[in-house]
Amino acid sequence: MAELSASAPVAHKDYHASKMGMWLFLFTEILLFGGLFLLYATYRAKFPQAFHEGGKTLDVFLGGLNTVVLITSSLTVALSITALRRGAVVFCQTLLAFTVACAGAFMVNKVIEWSAKFHHGLIPGSEHMGQLPQGQSIFYGLYFAMTGLHGIHVVIGASVLLWVMLLIKQGKVTGQDYVVLENAGLYWHIVDLVWIYLFPLFYLIS
Amino acid sequence: MDHTDDPQAKAFYAPQGKGGLAAWIFSTDHKRIGLLYLGLILTMFATATVLGLIIKLKLMTPGSTLLTAQQYNAMFTLHGVIMIFLVVIPSVPASFGNIFLPLHIGANDVSFPRLNNFSWWLYVIGAVLAVVSIFTGNGAPDTGWTFYVPFSERTTTNVSVAVIAVFILGFSSILTGLNFITTVHRLRAPGMTWRKLPLFVWSLYATGWIQVLATPILGITALLIFAERVLLLGLFDPGKGGDPLLYQHLFWIYSHPAVYIMILPAMGVISEIIPVFSRKPIFGYNMIAFSSLAIAFAGSLVWAHHMFTSGMSDTAVLVFSFLTFVVAIPSAIKVFNWLSTMYQGSISLDPPLLFSLGFIFMFSIGGLTGLVLGSAGTDIHVHDTYFVVAHFHYVIFGGTGLGMFAAMHYWAPKVFGRMYDHGRAAWSFWLILIGMNVLYFPMFIMGMQGLPRRYYDYLPQYAPMQMVSTWGSWFLAAGLILMFYNLYQGCRFGPQATKNPWGGATLEWTLPSPLPHEAFHHDPEAPEPYDYKGVNPDG
Repeated sequence: MAELSASAPVAHKDYHASKMGMWLFLFTEILLFGGLFLLYATYRAKFPQAFHEGGKTLDVFLGGLNTVVLITSSLTVALSITALRRGAVVFCQTLLAFTVACAGAFMVNKVIEWSAKFHHGLIPGSEHMGQLPQGQSIFYGLYFAMTGLHGIHVVIGASVLLWVMLLIKQGKVTGQDYVVLENAGLYWHIVDLVWIYLFPLFYLIS
Repeated sequence: MDHTDDPQAKAFYAPQGKGGLAAWIFSTDHKRIGLLYLGLILTMFATATVLGLIIKLKLMTPGSTLLTAQQYNAMFTLHGVIMIFLVVIPSVPASFGNIFLPLHIGANDVSFPRLNNFSWWLYVIGAVLAVVSIFTGNGAPDTGWTFYVPFSERTTTNVSVAVIAVFILGFSSILTGLNFITTVHRLRAPGMTWRKLPLFVWSLYATGWIQVLATPILGITALLIFAERVLLLGLFDPGKGGDPLLYQHLFWIYSHPAVYIMILPAMGVISEIIPVFSRKPIFGYNMIAFSSLAIAFAGSLVWAHHMFTSGMSDTAVLVFSFLTFVVAIPSAIKVFNWLSTMYQGSISLDPPLLFSLGFIFMFSIGGLTGLVLGSAGTDIHVHDTYFVVAHFHYVIFGGTGLGMFAAMHYWAPKVFGRMYDHGRAAWSFWLILIGMNVLYFPMFIMGMQGLPRRYYDYLPQYAPMQMVSTWGSWFLAAGLILMFYNLYQGCRFGPQATKNPWGGATLEWTLPSPLPHEAFHHDPEAPEPYDYKGVNPDG
């Protein structure tokens, strides 16, 4: 991804090509998660009761808080692009820093949530998880797999945003040549979007 | 007009400024990256061919000879993993696609040159990990290249590293496809309309979409195998309520479209070669271009024909069987169009055309036997027998393999600026073609007689046929050695090749041989790619 947005050679900058490449890459991200959503759909149909019971044990407050945090960060990253285009570089950097801080807050929440699960013996591969009723171990298995993969994407997205902040500071990404920031923003939106589906599917179904 | 200086000194591979290794492995030049891929792909091809020869040698006689059962399992797994993920999937697109896709559309490079280099590095990392998985841990993976659960979750061999290698190779493949799609959309020279695109470009474009849309599913499947092994999630474990069939679905949602990633670019090569050596415009340009897209689309809807005996519902079997027959149509369109192109053409049987005719012959046998497998009734009998092995090798080795060899003979003089020996090339072709048929045709018969694939040992009744099949593998090996020797010899020491030795009308033949550093100094005028009026072979 980092390579992607920076790939247009200096002699030949093609804004539309960069955007097109990024959108194709986002398709692949959706399809990557798509495999997991497919598993979710199948097992939810097979074990509706177990998913209901499982959903009740998740912390709706923490999940909801994280949803608010991510949506807010999506807003700030969008604002940062407009700010850069209008030449407000410092404001843009502030907004990006806030976005990265939101990513950090999200991950802290995630750690709190997962630790609570671990505390209750819900550790992937543990004996306790193996002894749960059939559908429930699948529910938690999917929960860890999907929120885990999403968490990795949050970390990658935040790292990319930090890298773009550096590029802005070095003057390599400017109000005239901002496609790297725009692509990083698109990536951040997809991270947000995946979570918007994960939240109701796991936390609100019971 | 004689140039006193050596034309090789102006080639894209000649050192320019800072030379050395770094000028290659960090190069963003599509031609150099194409050659880097070609070198590694051929190395991997040689490795996996040796594994295949050892497997055939073991199977020459019944009983436990040469290899232990565990070694045998590892051998066919590695043969499959290396051939599929490191050789056949990148074969034509990553090597010749990289070199000629931009030139065909009149561009000086792909849209994302640095990304192109990055995807080569991912390929290298994937290859290294695949090799590491052989020599570390508790022995090489022994699951077969399909990594079916539950065995792949339970075996103590080094499956975890192998699936991570597959994930990374998939990522590399995605980035190549993404790059090609964007390049075709954005970098066509002025006047290069979609209907003036060479068919090779159309096939790579269709391939690019499959790479982008199907490969992520392989990515998540490989990651899930890894997660199942390391974190014991139990998503495919029936003991925990999981469903192993779902694994097969996920795996084939990628791996069936993947066979079109393998074959489509080779079909593109054949569509280039046939008209040039028939001196006639391609018959049915629109239909060939359209059928590439049709294969890409329909090919993504047939995956479950690999699972007719898995116990899924009869409705699913019927639907997937029907769709499988539908996907045969665009493939047949191509074959008929190639033959119509040659009809009443002025045919010259030069090596590239020989290999292309070999492609049509082998692909037709492989394609038609595919229908035997695609119809649910007959599939019950031949599923997981040697019939499948024969079908697959006819299509992929006889098809993609010969397509790749045809591309090597067609474009070698353009890339390296030297010509190989035509007589030796023809000899190697016949050795390869006969070898392939002697090697693989008996497998059809053994499969019909019920010999299951992947078994370590077999009943004495199959011994004569296995013996013949092993002889075939030696012919094939001899042909391959002769072919590669001839190409190497030709590209190093052969006579200087002319600009347009075959009389092709696509843009790369307007460039010097060997290819220079920068192809086009101005936007070229888009030619009619298959109009040979006034275009003749020179020299």
